[in-house]
Amino acid sequence: MLTKVVNMDRRIVFILVALAVIIPMLFPISLPVSISKPTQDLYNFIDELEPGSAIMLVFDYGPSSLAELNPMAKAILKQCFEKDVKVVGLTLYAVGTTMGSDLMKEVAEEKGATYGEDYVFLGFRPGYELVILGMGDEIASIYEDDYYETPIAELPMMQNIKNYDQIELVVDLASGNLTEYWITFANVQFNQKIAAGVTGVIISQMYPYLQTGQLIGLISGIAGAAEYEDLIKAPAKGVLWINIESFVHLLIVLLVIIGNIAFFVQRMQEE
Amino acid sequence: MELLGIWIAALLTLCIYSFLYKDNPFYRFAEYLFVGMSVGYGIVLSYHQGFIPFAWKPFVAVFTEQSFIGLIKLIPIGVGLLFFSGLSARHTWLIRFPSAILIGVGCGLAIPNVLRANIFEQTRGTVEPFSVIHKNIAGLVEPIPTLEFYGLVFGAVLMVIGVICTLTYFFFSVEHRGPVKWVSKVGIAFLMIGFGSAFGNTVMGRVALLIQRVDFLFNDWIGRIF
Repeated sequence: MLTKVVNMDRRIVFILVALAVIIPMLFPISLPVSISKPTQDLYNFIDELEPGSAIMLVFDYGPSSLAELNPMAKAILKQCFEKDVKVVGLTLYAVGTTMGSDLMKEVAEEKGATYGEDYVFLGFRPGYELVILGMGDEIASIYEDDYYETPIAELPMMQNIKNYDQIELVVDLASGNLTEYWITFANVQFNQKIAAGVTGVIISQMYPYLQTGQLIGLISGIAGAAEYEDLIKAPAKGVLWINIESFVHLLIVLLVIIGNIAFFVQRMQEE
Repeated sequence: MELLGIWIAALLTLCIYSFLYKDNPFYRFAEYLFVGMSVGYGIVLSYHQGFIPFAWKPFVAVFTEQSFIGLIKLIPIGVGLLFFSGLSARHTWLIRFPSAILIGVGCGLAIPNVLRANIFEQTRGTVEPFSVIHKNIAGLVEPIPTLEFYGLVFGAVLMVIGVICTLTYFFFSVEHRGPVKWVSKVGIAFLMIGFGSAFGNTVMGRVALLIQRVDFLFNDWIGRIF
């Protein structure tokens, strides 16, 4: 019996994980969402901004990370448009360009926000640190035109936004180490306030920056996205997916316990 | 058109997941397509959003707008073009110039900022809780509730122990024997806790990807058929 457990075909585990995803998706169960302090801090910061002030939302991720980061981006955009906070969208990651543009359009249509007045999307420019440093002097020196090739001097919203002095917060949604670039160059060089929304893989790397105040807030993976949706009182995919995720985690924990017990018992028998 | 896109996305998703059974031509096809499209998309985007605004437009402006001050922009363009000297064995040495400039500028920009962001600020973060504790004991600030205060002291001490032990593990100038060995072993324990946390969060991220794909297959694809 124990040998069977230890040598179980990995495809049985795949089937179990698939069932743990599909069953709660067909029969959704609502589990409570508890809000973590870093997510609450970011929400509070944006909530306390004056109408008309601006933030920068950076889409530093590609399609392979949209499951975790798109729900965060949508929730932040909804909060900003409801509070009349202007959003400057951009990306330092080439494959994030179309996604960022489409997502901003989608939420803007839902919330009745106007392009050029409530939000703009500047698109992609290569050269991570050079882009970050260049925008500190003048955004127009890096982005003469927006993503749709309109000169940014012609965009009403950008008339009053010249550099980081007019940006209250940079929110970097990242699947890699680009948040560290924003901290290293925008925070250190220009004292720009930074917050991040990151994938599960890099959450642990971000906590030291939270503790020192180099990040004023942090949304951690899909759990953080669900928390943010709960805070803006608009539960969507994040809340739905974290409920499903809880069942998968339960299954993984069970499998780890069973696997360990079987392994140690078998080793004891062999000895 | 949107429906066609959904069908293609759904079929490619199934091709990728077919690898869970075993390696097969459908998986290979989807994998190569993904890699090829990502590279192609990246090149096209870099051309339109990088080359055109930073190199081509300033170059054309020199002639069309007679902006002779723009001639200065031809210098970085020319230096950048030297990267292509790698294509000729005879002129490959020229690649050293753009490489040296790139590395020099990169180091010049990064070193002071990285030192401040990752060394000085992190050191401050490690010792700062002791300043809060001192101010609280000396009555210089509004007193923190007792339980919270002990939590703060515990966290501050634990963090210093963790930092010292972990750094000791990576300190190879002294042989890891006697007390140093035990300190570095505690460092390993801290490292393992860190790796465990990273691994747990990675599992959360990977499961989220699976859920998003299953959601797409069920709601956007099958949901539209029935």
